[in-house]
Amino acid sequence: MLTQEEVRHVAMLARLGLSDEEVETLRSQLGQVLEYIDILQAVDTSAVDPTAQVLSSRNVSRPDAARPSLPPDQALANAPGREGEFFRVPAVMEETGEAGSSGAATEGGDE
Amino acid sequence: MSDVPRAGSLAFLTIHEAREMLDNGQVSSEELTKAALAQIDRHEGEVHAFVSITPERALESARDFDRRRAGGEGPRSPLDGIPMSLKDVLITRGVTTTCGSRHLENFVPPFDGTVPARLMEAGAVLLGKNNCDEFAMGSSTENSAWGVSRNPWDTARVPGGSSGGSAAAVAAGMGLYSLGTDTGGSVRQPASLCGLVGLKPTYGRVSRYGLVAFASSLDQIGPFTRDALDAALVLEAIAGQDPYDSTSQPVGVPNYSAILRESGRSLQGIRVGVRRGAFDGAGGTEGGLNAEVAAAVQEAVRQLAELGAEVREIDLPSLDYALAAYYIIAPAEASSNLARYDGMKYGYRDPDARNSVNSMLATREHGFGPEVKRRIMLGTYALSAGYYEAFYKKAQQVRTLVAQDFKRAFEEVDAIIDPTSPTVAFRIGEKLDDPLAMYLTDIYTVPANLAGVPGVSVPCGFSDGLPIGMQVLGRHFDEATILRVAHAYQQVTDWHRQTPSLA
Repeated sequence: MLTQEEVRHVAMLARLGLSDEEVETLRSQLGQVLEYIDILQAVDTSAVDPTAQVLSSRNVSRPDAARPSLPPDQALANAPGREGEFFRVPAVMEETGEAGSSGAATEGGDE
Repeated sequence: MSDVPRAGSLAFLTIHEAREMLDNGQVSSEELTKAALAQIDRHEGEVHAFVSITPERALESARDFDRRRAGGEGPRSPLDGIPMSLKDVLITRGVTTTCGSRHLENFVPPFDGTVPARLMEAGAVLLGKNNCDEFAMGSSTENSAWGVSRNPWDTARVPGGSSGGSAAAVAAGMGLYSLGTDTGGSVRQPASLCGLVGLKPTYGRVSRYGLVAFASSLDQIGPFTRDALDAALVLEAIAGQDPYDSTSQPVGVPNYSAILRESGRSLQGIRVGVRRGAFDGAGGTEGGLNAEVAAAVQEAVRQLAELGAEVREIDLPSLDYALAAYYIIAPAEASSNLARYDGMKYGYRDPDARNSVNSMLATREHGFGPEVKRRIMLGTYALSAGYYEAFYKKAQQVRTLVAQDFKRAFEEVDAIIDPTSPTVAFRIGEKLDDPLAMYLTDIYTVPANLAGVPGVSVPCGFSDGLPIGMQVLGRHFDEATILRVAHAYQQVTDWHRQTPSLA
């Protein structure tokens, strides 16, 4: 069985805010699901390799050729905050004390 | 529509019937499209199959087809001029794509995904985007931020999920086909519950570029249609390698519809497997295999034998553990994929933006619904320090065993038959507060996703007026055989020709 503390710890890892009521509901519901999942421990997997994906193909590469990407206006069209050609995001550092700071948040595109 | 009965019958045509009528001038695309839009006008308030409806765009595409036809041009594809809809997790340029989530309430994609793009090039007439469980997580379409979809066969019941809106649309005559996605059964199960054919292609058969990711090692896109021949026609249009999805495979795409037309009702030479003991204990425990579902699927197997199939018993012992493995692997991948909803580059951002951590916590608290939160929590837990070996690695090892079981079985048989869902459509609200009971509805569908094999659900009976589905599973990249089995069965049965009597 999970404790409320464990639920809060996992929620923080996932950067997921939860109300006190949600913490308690999730504690009980996840507990039931984990109890069911426990049947896996009955399977002998000592000599079994894990499978992450079922395709036989491995490293797939494409020609390293330049091609057009999304123009900034389209890439920024859905942004909740924008400043010029940048995404405007909340302050990363607590100390700045500002409501927001401008800067590019370009951690890579979605697949 | 002035001619209501005719419009009604146009709305329930198959793609191949409509194709013939379009090509010999019996009907226009505008008439077909208006018939579908009339069904939407009449029944959408009750069924709620759509998140957004695009009537002007649809009529424009339809008239474009009609103009081309009048100018003597042949159809661009078997799908040219035919009205359809797309699950709202498939990215469409200029058409809001919400994934059933508050996070993406106002998200207007700047590009088309590969499947939508291929369908548009093929001349598809887009009626709108279908409601679904938030980020495709659920088995009932009760987890959409925009409200539940209802089963056209009984609007007090769920259409299944997560692609419930896509299934409900086709079942209610709102378009001749639709596209859904299947991560653990989300095409096959709603097809079963709504009396349709639902195909999950092989993992790697269809590009997922522009499919908003749920669990990347499991997700596939597949069609809802009225019969197997239609499923073949849609698969021909969407299958094949795509440079934008490295998991799409360089495997040739057969002319499925020609194969079906050639083989007809004959299953000579096809070996069909049924799991030993698959129907034992039917009618027993609550939520277990329903006795009428078991009887209908067993009767269907007998009919396959009459059509020439050789029926064999097979063993797939690891399948007993597939659901438990799935509910580790899918949430683990989801917790990683959904990390992107941080309110930074697109989507919802909570007004509480004091700093980035507070902003993310609040954005994700208020942007996600309960089921998505459960999956993120389950997945994060399974991947967290101290639990990785016991949960995630263990589940991946069991996944290996499931894949090996299928490989062995497919040395003895060409297709495997199972029920698609243990029960017919359940009541709205019945399982909403019991996540484990909801997850158990996927018991017959998740093994195919873990192993990556293709599967199709085919209508095979009714219980108290609600459709029953038979599932046919096949070898990797052998959609032709499972569609052949489904097609032959539909040559001698008429379950798939029944339509719901909506109020």
